[in-house]
Amino acid sequence: KRVRDTRTKLAPAYHLILEGILILWIIRLLFSKTYKLQERSDLTLKEKEELIEEWQPEPLVPPVPKDHPALNYNIVSGPPTHIITVNGKECINFASFNFLGLLNNEKVKSAAQASLKKYGVGTCGPRGFYGTFDVHLELEERLAKFMRTEEAIIYSYGFATIASAIPAYSKRGDIVFVDEAACFAIQKGLQASRSNIKLFKHNDMADLERLLKEQETEDQKNPRKARVTRRFIVVEGLYMNTGDICPLPELIKLKYKYKVRIFLEESLSFGVLGEHGRGITEHFGINIDDIDLISANMENSLASIGGFCCGRSFIIDHQRLSGQGYCFSASLPPLLAAAAIEALNIMEDSPDIFQTLRAKCERIHKALQGISGLKVVGESFSPALHLQLEESCGSRENDVKLLKRVVDYCMNSGIALTQARYLEKEEKCLPPPRTRTGQICVELDCCFLIPLSHIIRISVLHCIVTSRFFH
Amino acid sequence: MTDLKYRLAPASEMSRYCFPNNAVSGDASRCVCLIDSSTVEEINHIVHNGGLYKRPFNEAFEETPMLVAVLTYVGYGVLTLFGYLRDFMRQWKIEKCQNATEREEQKDFVPLYQDFENFYNRNLYMRIRDSWNRPICSVPGAKVDMMERVSHDYNWTFTYTGRVIKDIINMGSYNYLGFAQKTGACQEAAAKVLSQYGAGVCSTRQEMGNLDKHEELEKLVARFLGVESAMAYGMGFATNSMNIPALVGKGCLILSDELNHASLVLGARLSGATIRIFKHNNMQSLEKLLKDAIVHGQPRTRRPWKKILILVEGIYSMEGSIVRLPEVIALKKKYKSYLYLDEAHSIGALGPSGRGVVEYFGLNPEDVDVMMGTFTKSFGAAGGYIGGKKELIDYLRTYSHSAAYATSMSPPVVEQIITSVKCIMGEDGTNIGRARVQQLAENTRYFRRRLKEMGFIIYGNEDSPVVPLMLYMPAKIGAFGREMLKRNIGVVVVGFPATPIIESRARFCLSAAHTKEMLDTGGSVLATRTKQFCKYTWEQEEV
Repeated sequence: KRVRDTRTKLAPAYHLILEGILILWIIRLLFSKTYKLQERSDLTLKEKEELIEEWQPEPLVPPVPKDHPALNYNIVSGPPTHIITVNGKECINFASFNFLGLLNNEKVKSAAQASLKKYGVGTCGPRGFYGTFDVHLELEERLAKFMRTEEAIIYSYGFATIASAIPAYSKRGDIVFVDEAACFAIQKGLQASRSNIKLFKHNDMADLERLLKEQETEDQKNPRKARVTRRFIVVEGLYMNTGDICPLPELIKLKYKYKVRIFLEESLSFGVLGEHGRGITEHFGINIDDIDLISANMENSLASIGGFCCGRSFIIDHQRLSGQGYCFSASLPPLLAAAAIEALNIMEDSPDIFQTLRAKCERIHKALQGISGLKVVGESFSPALHLQLEESCGSRENDVKLLKRVVDYCMNSGIALTQARYLEKEEKCLPPPRTRTGQICVELDCCFLIPLSHIIRISVLHCIVTSRFFH
Repeated sequence: MTDLKYRLAPASEMSRYCFPNNAVSGDASRCVCLIDSSTVEEINHIVHNGGLYKRPFNEAFEETPMLVAVLTYVGYGVLTLFGYLRDFMRQWKIEKCQNATEREEQKDFVPLYQDFENFYNRNLYMRIRDSWNRPICSVPGAKVDMMERVSHDYNWTFTYTGRVIKDIINMGSYNYLGFAQKTGACQEAAAKVLSQYGAGVCSTRQEMGNLDKHEELEKLVARFLGVESAMAYGMGFATNSMNIPALVGKGCLILSDELNHASLVLGARLSGATIRIFKHNNMQSLEKLLKDAIVHGQPRTRRPWKKILILVEGIYSMEGSIVRLPEVIALKKKYKSYLYLDEAHSIGALGPSGRGVVEYFGLNPEDVDVMMGTFTKSFGAAGGYIGGKKELIDYLRTYSHSAAYATSMSPPVVEQIITSVKCIMGEDGTNIGRARVQQLAENTRYFRRRLKEMGFIIYGNEDSPVVPLMLYMPAKIGAFGREMLKRNIGVVVVGFPATPIIESRARFCLSAAHTKEMLDTGGSVLATRTKQFCKYTWEQEEV
């Protein structure tokens, strides 16, 4: 039988017509004019030149009024320890974050001197290009050992630590749940990360759970996207803006329930909370591996400069290539790293320093209660307290002016306080005006305790007695 | 003209590749032409703006030879294939997986890193990881001591043998004027201040962290730069990322160079302004963007821009090129925009008295609206500064993020800067500063000439102390670094993603502390050992 050869059969007519139409369409597209997405400019050269002539830009910066409170800085001569000379006047320093009093410690200074004699001042390069010194490696090892984590990484600037750490992990499309009272560095880190930010009310676990539940229902609608969207919670151990601590045990429960990672910012709580100063995880007795990343700066308790992040190697090692403040910036000067190592030695050798600090904090907290017109904001064991006006004077400006008078009065009486400085236009949730006080420095000389609170009480009582301020 | 690539021609022949000879020798009737060779493309030149330049401006970026480009791509292709193979083997447990992994309790969390993000890390970067993060244990001066480290598992982990490799010629640290010293006036002054003030400050500038030392420093820096006022910050990176958002915001336009540093890019992003990129050091591209911006206004709403800020750097550290500052300033004045000049690498390194790129070109510092720089490179310290008019600095003192939220600079570091600036200015009564600036310029010219004579492809401007030497192929990155270290020379090698993928390079940072002997040693090592695998250039034509 002859097999019909179907290969040479002509294609059906509709097929040919379709192909013909396609060819004609292609020819048309090739020869038609292309349209630019932007509107074509029909302006003549002369008109363009006129526009260029006419355009007047704003001045580069608007003028700042001469009496702006943030313009004229206090000038401090000499070391900013617990006795400080501000604008020529000697005061007791309640305004520096020198919690453990290590700023003027002789051992710390001699360690820094030895390092200066060996390495000079600067490192002349980032960590990748001959800027890694053995002191940096030693400091990282010591911090990791102290915090009982696998690895630590140091930055040369405290602000840049958390601001570089967050964008290294959280990218566009990821979700970050952050407390409303988060400090400015965290806000900048979040802005740089371009992630979705969800704010929850300060320390309100119910609000956070509500947001997490909402996210869960969203996820169920789009499980594919949910599988690649990372989620983080960013909280501080001891909040700078409110002086209270975060409820870490509840956060851990939420972490495992909703599969969210926790980043903890411990700038104020490192070296303050916990039996040995390991921070809020020690305070609550939580396993440190439950926290994905702990970030802190070394500018408070350690009285040095810079910051560090610690956690498991799986997490920290990533920052060595993706942390912008680490890769693209010069490393920490060795003398500051040596000072931090010595400060860490002191913290390890004398753990009773933390009890002394706590006792003094409680004392001052009690002593500042009951001043009419001012309320104390902050936990009793927090070394950073705020004094806030109970009733506002009407506008933020007036509040600020009033507090400035309080601060000036205290300075003249020998107590250095400071107004908490905020950039009004930049903060997401601007805290009300207040003075920051009670940055208690541990003075190991115990007989200093009693006169300290005595002076505070008297000077504040003076305010009440003269009743110039509150009526 | 000592450069081989130029020839003199009558002015009538003046074309795209020429610049007026009066910029060089005062003879206006002739022009200096570049050899119009097909292998010599992208040579930057001065065209009709020749009158703005008071000195010759010689920059060269020789194009990648075709064969080399093809081989480089092939090299990366092979590496990628092997990468996939190794990943496959690791997944199927044929090969031991060396990276750190997620906790058991968190295995069902969304993965923190996407597999592909880390492909480059695991398979390419890891092979040559020993070229970076080399730990040193002495002053980062002209010679440095390095801690020896070995790896028994192909760079996944390092162990320190305990030995110290001494006296490695350091051509990687940013030590342009040689102020990285452990003895001398700077170190003594810093030691004194350290014992007086302590190491830390524990407060921000606006609160209780403004020491008298900071005020002294700022006045000195303003005098050094020739501006009305200056302000100093604790970190150079943060100076850019925290102050650009304070200067511009929504409704403003930022015109940024293609190859700007990560800190400038981050600062521009955080500000919320619209960013437009112009081609590297290309004035025609910049002018076109400026014209379009003013004529068309903001996209969609067509409202006029509030202000336009041009971001450029003095010396670009990966290319070794110097910004065409006279032309930028001319454009800025014509189109009424503002100029932000980042002199991280050029302050102290350029100019007859080390005052940076503005002095190098003989221009007026008041023409630059915001002069930014860092203290890390030429002053042997850490931190950054911004200088400009008093209104600008007053505004930054009030509204800069760094002043309100970040700790101020450490006192011994401040003292180091004060002493080194005084030394450069000659106010300490010695000639050391001046001598160092001259030594750096001589070293630069000498070294660059030697490398060119040997036949290497060198990028950048003749006067820039940053000398990038092209390697191109990925395997050569690791090999070059290791060979140089074997002969006791420490260099910096850079590859993707800091540079375009086929343009990997080695970078030499010259210093006033380098003696002629050290440079000769470096040159001879390059000539004998590494020349066979780095010599690429085709340019040997005589004038």
